[in-house]
Amino acid sequence: MVNLAVNIGGLHLKNPVMTASGCSGFGEELAAFYDVSRLGAILLKGITLKERMGNDYPRMAETASGMLNAVGLQNRGVDYFVREIYPVIRNYDTALIVNVNGSTIEEYVEVTQKINALERIAAIELNISCPNVKEGGMAFGVSCPAAAAVTREVRKSCTKPLIVKLSPNVTDISEVARAVESEGADAVSLVNTFLGMAIDAEKRIPKLSTVTGGLSGPAIKPIALRMVWQVSQAVKIPVIGLGGIMNSTDAVEFFLAGAAAIQVGTAIFKDPFTPLHIIDGLQNYLERHGFSGISELSGRLQM
Amino acid sequence: MQKVVADFTVTANIALNSGCHALVLQSSGELLPILPGQFVNVEIPGNKEVFLRRPFSVYEVDDASCSLTLLVKILGRGSATLARVAAGEKLSLVYPLGKGFTMPAPGDRVLAVGGGSGVAPLLFLARRAALPPDSIHLLLGAKTEADHIDVQKYTDCATFYFTTEDGSQGVKGMVTDHPLFGKLSRYNKIYACGPLAMMKAAAAGAVEKGIFCEVSLENLMACGFGVCLCCIEPTVKGNLCVCSEGPVFNINDLTW
Repeated sequence: MVNLAVNIGGLHLKNPVMTASGCSGFGEELAAFYDVSRLGAILLKGITLKERMGNDYPRMAETASGMLNAVGLQNRGVDYFVREIYPVIRNYDTALIVNVNGSTIEEYVEVTQKINALERIAAIELNISCPNVKEGGMAFGVSCPAAAAVTREVRKSCTKPLIVKLSPNVTDISEVARAVESEGADAVSLVNTFLGMAIDAEKRIPKLSTVTGGLSGPAIKPIALRMVWQVSQAVKIPVIGLGGIMNSTDAVEFFLAGAAAIQVGTAIFKDPFTPLHIIDGLQNYLERHGFSGISELSGRLQM
Repeated sequence: MQKVVADFTVTANIALNSGCHALVLQSSGELLPILPGQFVNVEIPGNKEVFLRRPFSVYEVDDASCSLTLLVKILGRGSATLARVAAGEKLSLVYPLGKGFTMPAPGDRVLAVGGGSGVAPLLFLARRAALPPDSIHLLLGAKTEADHIDVQKYTDCATFYFTTEDGSQGVKGMVTDHPLFGKLSRYNKIYACGPLAMMKAAAAGAVEKGIFCEVSLENLMACGFGVCLCCIEPTVKGNLCVCSEGPVFNINDLTW
């Protein structure tokens, strides 16, 4: 039996397969399909200080090997989460990680303080890469000084492992990764969605209410893989890889490129069992190739 | 409620009129309970242009053969590809999804208004409702006679009324032009599934008379089980997912 357990900057996971934020709700929806304790971690739907209605419909457009979304961080706000959702999900036997969002540094810090007080939350993922909100979000993720500043301030209030989720919509993602590493991030997760657009040629209108949205799915995998490889060369902290992972072979590629763990996002929309299939497939791969644990696979790309 | 991803075998693909196909799908295992108004999310085989699954209301369920039937109307590349599947092919379904209709109770007097593939969940409702056929009236609207699907085998569970825009079958005009629309007070439950304008007309009639009314909505979905938050409908309770909080909504919850 190979060892799938990993330690991501102090975050101990039974296996390295997590569900990506915004793709697995608060875990309850997946629990209708299977026992979520099999997952390495659940990245909960992004949370903001105040309730957000999200963007208008249509929020989604199917594209070649992927999709665009423009949800816009619809959520009931951190207080609602603490009061109504956390008590329901706190006993899931998997790592629960809260994806924290804000339009100002103060908001990020305030949400972090409220989440940091929750015993059963294993870590915080600081989302500085949402492309679908007008203020904050990605603005913090596309500038090194801004990324460094928000990480520095949140770090002061966060005693749990702090993961910073990076935007791919930058010239050099390694620079942003180094900037957040230097301010105390315990890990980075990448990539969030790529800013994209779809047009209805017949109607001559944008397909999304927001005109632009975030591209995800297999279409982005080669770029995400390249970025994971670049960042893992550039920083010492663990890298969590995501972007178009559909099966265990995709996952293995991310580990080889340097990821210490992976997240499954859009694939869940096609098949909610994908994370479990990937766990089984990783186990099988490690056995076939004579590895005793998943951590041996990270960065083992032969050049 | 337990949900699954399950393989089904196509046992029949019956071409109906006006670009509609009835797909009969047999579960490889036990068939989970499905309620009228609930839907399945179908993986579209053999078309690389289609990335996401496509949602379809369930039209018929046959527990004895572990089969369900979908009414597939060709509207885009997903439904067009699905309409070409042959008997023997396998399809992957995520199901049962969404909240179904509030079922009629004994003594209810029901009007169900439908059009297009929207007739599918209404016929399922009519078959499951434990009501005499003269207590459940199905009013179906279409452009022309050829667009109405054959309801012969349902005449033992409901009474049918038709409208066509060209007058080729039933009353000429829209469903709102049918005399039944002038007598809404005789009903205590109204259901609607079809084009948005048709549902809004039925809802407006129900609101005016204070009659219980549920409508089944559809829109662009990615996941179908409430995690992506793409298929939202503005409601009095905020933006709700059509897939998991619907597709059936009480009109009092909508902002129409």
